[in-house]
Formats: sequence, structure tokens, C-alpha cells
Amino acid sequence: MPPFIFILKSTMPKSNNSPYRFTTVDGTPLKEMLRRAERRRKIKAAGLVMPLFFFLLITFIIPIVLLLYRAIENPEILEVMPRTAEAIQSWDGPDIPGEPVFAALAADLRKAHKDRTIGKAGKRLNYDITGFRSLVLKTARKVSGIKTEPPSYRDAIIAIDERWGNLRYWSAVKQAARPYTDFYLLAATDFERDGKGNIKRVPGDRALYTRVFVRTFWMSFMVTIWCLLLGYPVAWMLASLPVRHSNLVMILVLLPFWTSLLVRTAAWIIVLQKEGIINKILMWTHLTTDPMQLVFNRFGVYVAMVHILLPFMILPLYSVMKNIPPSLMRAASSLGANPITAFVKVYLPQSKPGISAGCLLVFILAIGYYITPALVGGPKDQMLSYFIAFFTNNTINWGMASGLAVLLLTATIILYTVFNRFIGIERLRMG
Amino acid sequence: MRMFRISVIKFAMVIIAVGLIAGIGMPRYSDARDLTVVSWGGAYQEAQRKAYFDPFMKKTGKKVLDESYNGEMAKIRAMVESKNVTWDVVQVESPELINACEQGLLEIIDWDRVGGKKSFIPTAIMGECGVGTIVWAHVIAYDADKIKGEGPKNWADFWNVKKWPGKRALRKNAKPSLEIALLADGVPAADVYKVLSSEAGIQRAFKKLDELKPHLQWWEAGAQPPQWLASGDVVMTSAYNGRISAAIKEGRNFKIVWRGQNYAVDSWVIVKGSPNIDQAYEFIKFASQPENQAVLSAEIPYGPTHVKAVPEVDPKIAPDLPTYPANLEGSVATDAEWWVDHIEELSERFNVWTAQ
Repeated sequence: MPPFIFILKSTMPKSNNSPYRFTTVDGTPLKEMLRRAERRRKIKAAGLVMPLFFFLLITFIIPIVLLLYRAIENPEILEVMPRTAEAIQSWDGPDIPGEPVFAALAADLRKAHKDRTIGKAGKRLNYDITGFRSLVLKTARKVSGIKTEPPSYRDAIIAIDERWGNLRYWSAVKQAARPYTDFYLLAATDFERDGKGNIKRVPGDRALYTRVFVRTFWMSFMVTIWCLLLGYPVAWMLASLPVRHSNLVMILVLLPFWTSLLVRTAAWIIVLQKEGIINKILMWTHLTTDPMQLVFNRFGVYVAMVHILLPFMILPLYSVMKNIPPSLMRAASSLGANPITAFVKVYLPQSKPGISAGCLLVFILAIGYYITPALVGGPKDQMLSYFIAFFTNNTINWGMASGLAVLLLTATIILYTVFNRFIGIERLRMG
Repeated sequence: MRMFRISVIKFAMVIIAVGLIAGIGMPRYSDARDLTVVSWGGAYQEAQRKAYFDPFMKKTGKKVLDESYNGEMAKIRAMVESKNVTWDVVQVESPELINACEQGLLEIIDWDRVGGKKSFIPTAIMGECGVGTIVWAHVIAYDADKIKGEGPKNWADFWNVKKWPGKRALRKNAKPSLEIALLADGVPAADVYKVLSSEAGIQRAFKKLDELKPHLQWWEAGAQPPQWLASGDVVMTSAYNGRISAAIKEGRNFKIVWRGQNYAVDSWVIVKGSPNIDQAYEFIKFASQPENQAVLSAEIPYGPTHVKAVPEVDPKIAPDLPTYPANLEGSVATDAEWWVDHIEELSERFNVWTAQ
């Protein structure tokens, strides 16, 4: 214990009726007053933080948790076909289920047909086997038409459609009848379960997402590299020009930054298209005879994305470079370093925090890009977000959209952690 | 100073309170809103405004809000699930209609309230939730200023890159790219879905698409094909017939090839739980009147669905409609039921195929 605290304590009275008690003017003990003041301060601080906290909770944390939950929840069959779901749990092949399961199926289908909820179950089962939806719908319609109790529902239902005698369909029902599923997460990584419940890779003509995932990272990496190569000299110029000129350059950097992303993307389509200005100039100068394909391919996506993300590289770099004293480079030169050595040994290491901040920012923004690749890219240039939007909007398969989103989120978090481990997030300076 | 601090806290609390009240109060506001009709935007919605929205407002004296969308059912699902329905009447494509109807996202149509089933052509009655409103088609279109002399006559010609070199565009969707591929491969229109129902047929369609792949560019919005034709990006394209006719009206020398058209019906639906359901029925009934449908067909050449609207259409316009008898030769009626079953699997395979 440091000595000064000991001294302080020794002057503090032990009991309340000590004549040496410290009090405020109105007689309350000083200690008590301090504690109250401290508490008030804390409440105020909490009160000021609360709105932001609730805002984050409602707009950020809760949606993300719900999203993660959507990727594993599996309520359709349990809700629409509860009796079948219960009866089928005791079934485990290799023959098709017995009469009780078929009777439960008939009862569930009748009720679901009446309540008009059958479509939900059909859609869910159709994810596993194409055509299962119409099979369920047709069976529900026909079972509801049966007036008298048949001797065997098993025979009656198989008579409606012989696919009910196929094991594949029943194991799909069983797998779909659990409250949680790994179906979407497996599908998002190009895996599936076979009839026996073993995990296996999906065949090549349906495997897509691992490739898209690798592509997303590769494209983001390329965009980051190009942003760094183009942004570094600009940031250096900004930092070293006299204020009068650097302001002008700054406006040139910021003006596109403030323009809508959609407008800038659409502008690139016009500039790069077959009869666009670039192709016109190339043909006018006879560099090419036929117009070049510059848009709706990878090249167009890189151009548009680098342009849009460039300010996110330049600004952190600039804020770091601004604080590097120019005298250091002069000192290096005076000590005999040639310009390249001086740059590599003196300037570059000092600008490192800016480089890592800019690269992280650009890379993380790039992996989530959707609109730009969708508008200026071809089918081979779409990133993971495109497929998330596809499942959300087009096929309303929100489980699959969540599965892919979980994949993207996990990858981003891993990347961030690795980055933090090797470079250290606290060393970043954003300005 | 102390006063000031208290007022800061009070201020913060007031802001929170206002926020909470606004948050709770928001869904209620939807009770008393105007009828909201949602359609596909662009030239088509302009035509609908002239044929339906404005006359309906004049007739009833009540306001109609119109919005546009791109066919995403996600918004409707979110509205119904959160019980905050802000759209009333929406125009949707058939497979989406069947799907949404089965998911319980749409109201079941009471046909007596829209004029009875018998007043519509049979294809306009798409399941229980939709009232058909137009017949539209996927056709081949090209610019006659760029292709001088003989133009393509059918989908097999569309594949003929020797005779007509240059890029082509198709809609970036399994539907109707697979049907088109089979037509180009010589499958008769009547057998397209029979062939597509087997694995061999699906592989045949993809193999045919493979041939054209290096020459393909994909469109997603209906406005893209006429733009690309005009800019010379593609030499021929699949397109919605109405968009091409609109461009022709604006002076472009585009040509439509009707042989092998894929036609389909778009329908009006009512979002489940709509607070304006009576007005929604009134609107659909109004938009299904033969004289009003004839106005729409005159504005943009999509086929009407009311049995009596067909003869009302101006004979000058009739040959531009997908439903014109000569245009129906060798055509494929999009099988919505079939697509609802196969959309998941085939979209996935199509996505894989395009991404390779």
C-alpha cells in the first residue's frame, strides 16, 4: 500500500462521534455527500447513454440475433403437421413407416387443408425434394375428399401417390420435423444430409456457395490492393501540399464521397458501355477497332468498387500522414539515404497505422457489397450479398438467406479477430 | 448550473418518451390511410395511371396511392407477419401468386365482388387469390436499323451466331430461359414442360444454353432490353413485349418476333389483413371492366383478361397483343404450377450454371 493513503486513513475518524469528523456546512458527513454526488453522476451518465444503447439494441443487436435464429429454426412441419411430427420420431427405417404414422399424416393433412396452412409445410418439404410441395398439396386435397374411414390409411395414401412408399420422402419429413435444423447452414456451405442423415457434399452442378465465398474474398482483396496503390500517393500529396492546394484536392476526394452510391454506379455503366465515352475515345484514337467489353464483367466491378471505396482508404491514410513530420525525410536524406531508402525505412513504417486502418475499412466494406456488382457485373462477378438478396426477395427462403448471412458474419468476425491479433485494433488511427 | 443539468436529463427522457410513443403509435396510423396499389413501375404503371388510377379516383372521389416494386414477395411477407399492412392491392406474377396464396399471405378472392368468374378468360383465374389483369409475353426483339435484311424468325435463329453475329440478352432467371432453350433445340411448344420434367430434359436445356453462353448478356429489369438494343450492346434480346412496343412508339425501329413467345398472366391480389379491403375489391372490379381494360391495352399492348374487353380493343392495336391469334402460333403458356414446384431446384442450378 502506498504510504500517502495510509496517512490519509490515519487522519480519518473511526467513529461517528469523533470530534475530528469531516462534514459539509449543513452537517452531513463528507463521505456520504461524495457518495451521493458520485451516484448522481453515474445516473446522469447512464441516462445519457441509454438512448444510444436502446437504439443499438433495437436496430442492431436484436435484428442480428433474430437473423442468426432464422438460420437454424425449423418450425413449419411442427406447426402444420404436429401429429405426424410426433409419430415419425419413433420410425427409423429401413421399411416405410407403419399405419399410425400414415393415420397421423391423414389427420394433419385434413386439418391443414381446412386451415389453409398446408402450403407452408409444402414449401419447406420442397427444399429437400423437388416436387414434394405438389405431392403434399395433392395428397391433402384427396385425403380431405375421403369421407368414410378407410381400412388402412397406409394403402389409401400410397394409392393416391406411390411416392409415399419411397423412403427418401419419409426421411425428408423426419428431418424437417425437428425444432432446429442445420439444413440451411449446411446448404450455405455446399453440404447436405443424405437419406440416412449423413452429411455429404452436394454434387457439382448444385455446389455454388463455397465458390462464391472464395470469390467474395478474392474480389474484396483485389479492391483493397488497388485502393491502397491508388490512394497512397493521393493521401501523400494531400498531406504534403500547402493547405491552399490541399483543400482543393480534399474537395475532389470528398465530392464523390458525398454523392449517392447508386448514382456513381450508374455513371460508370454509361462511361464504360459499348458506345460509352471510353470506347469512343479508344476507337477514335485507333487503339481498338471494335468496342471493348468494359462493363458487365469483372473489370467493370473493380473499376466501380475501387472508385467508390477509394475515400475510405485515402482519409485514414491522410490523417496519419498529416502527423508525420516532413523534417524526418529531410533528416534521412541528410544522413545519406537515397529517396527510396528514406521512404521505405522512415516514411512507410510511420504510415503503417493508416495503411492497416484503410485496408481493414475497405476490405470489410467490400465483402458486403451488393448494388455495385449487381449493376455493373455479370453473373460470374456476383458476391455473397447478391445471393442473400436473391433468397430474401425472390424465393422468400429466409432460412437460406440467414444461413448465408451467418457465413458472411462469421467470416468477418474471424478476419477481424485475426487482424486484431497480428496488428492490433488499438493501434489504428482513423483521424 | 444544477438547473441546467436536470433539464438535460429531462430533455433526454422526453426524447425517449416521444420515441417510444411514436414507435407504438406507428402501426395505428395505417388504419386510416388511403388505398395503396402496387405495380411494376415504368411505362406500364404510367399506362395504368391513365386507365385505372386516375379514373377510379375521379369516380369514387377517394385518393389512391400508387407505388412500384420489382416482384419481391419479401415485403408482403414482412407486412403480413408484423401485422402492419401498408399495401392493399398488388399486381403479381403467377408462380409468386400461387406460392404466396398457399403461405396465407393473400386474401381469398370472393369472385362475386369482382364481377364473377365467368367474365374472365379461363387463364385469368389463377388459383384462389388472384384476379388476372393482363396477358404479357416474353418475345424476341431486335433493332431493324442494325439488322438490315432478314431478321431472326424464331429461337433457333436466336442461337444462330454465324448468320447474326453479336451479343444476345436473356432474362437472368431459370424461367423462361429453360423453355426458350428447348424451343431453340427443336422441342415443340406443347411438349416443353413434359421434356423439362425429366432430368434428361433439364440437362438438354442447359446444354443448349451452353452453346450460346459466350454470346450472352443477362438482364434483370424490364427496362434493360430496349436500352441495350438502342445502345447497340446486344444485337437481339428477349424482352417483355410491352416495353418494346413503348420504345417503338418513341420512334425506335425495333421488331418483335412472336413465334415461340412465352406468355403469362399477371394478377391483382389483396394483401391479407388489408384495412381497405372493401375499397380494394371496388378497385379490382373497376380495373376489370372491359372498357377500362381496353384503355390500358391501347396505352401499352398487353392483352386484356375480361372476355368482353377482347373485342373492345382497337383493331389497329390488336396485332400487337400477345393474345392475338396469329401471335399465339408456336407459343408457350408459362406453367405457373410447374414452376412453383421446380423454382427452388432450377434457380439453384441456374445460378450455379451462370456463375461458372
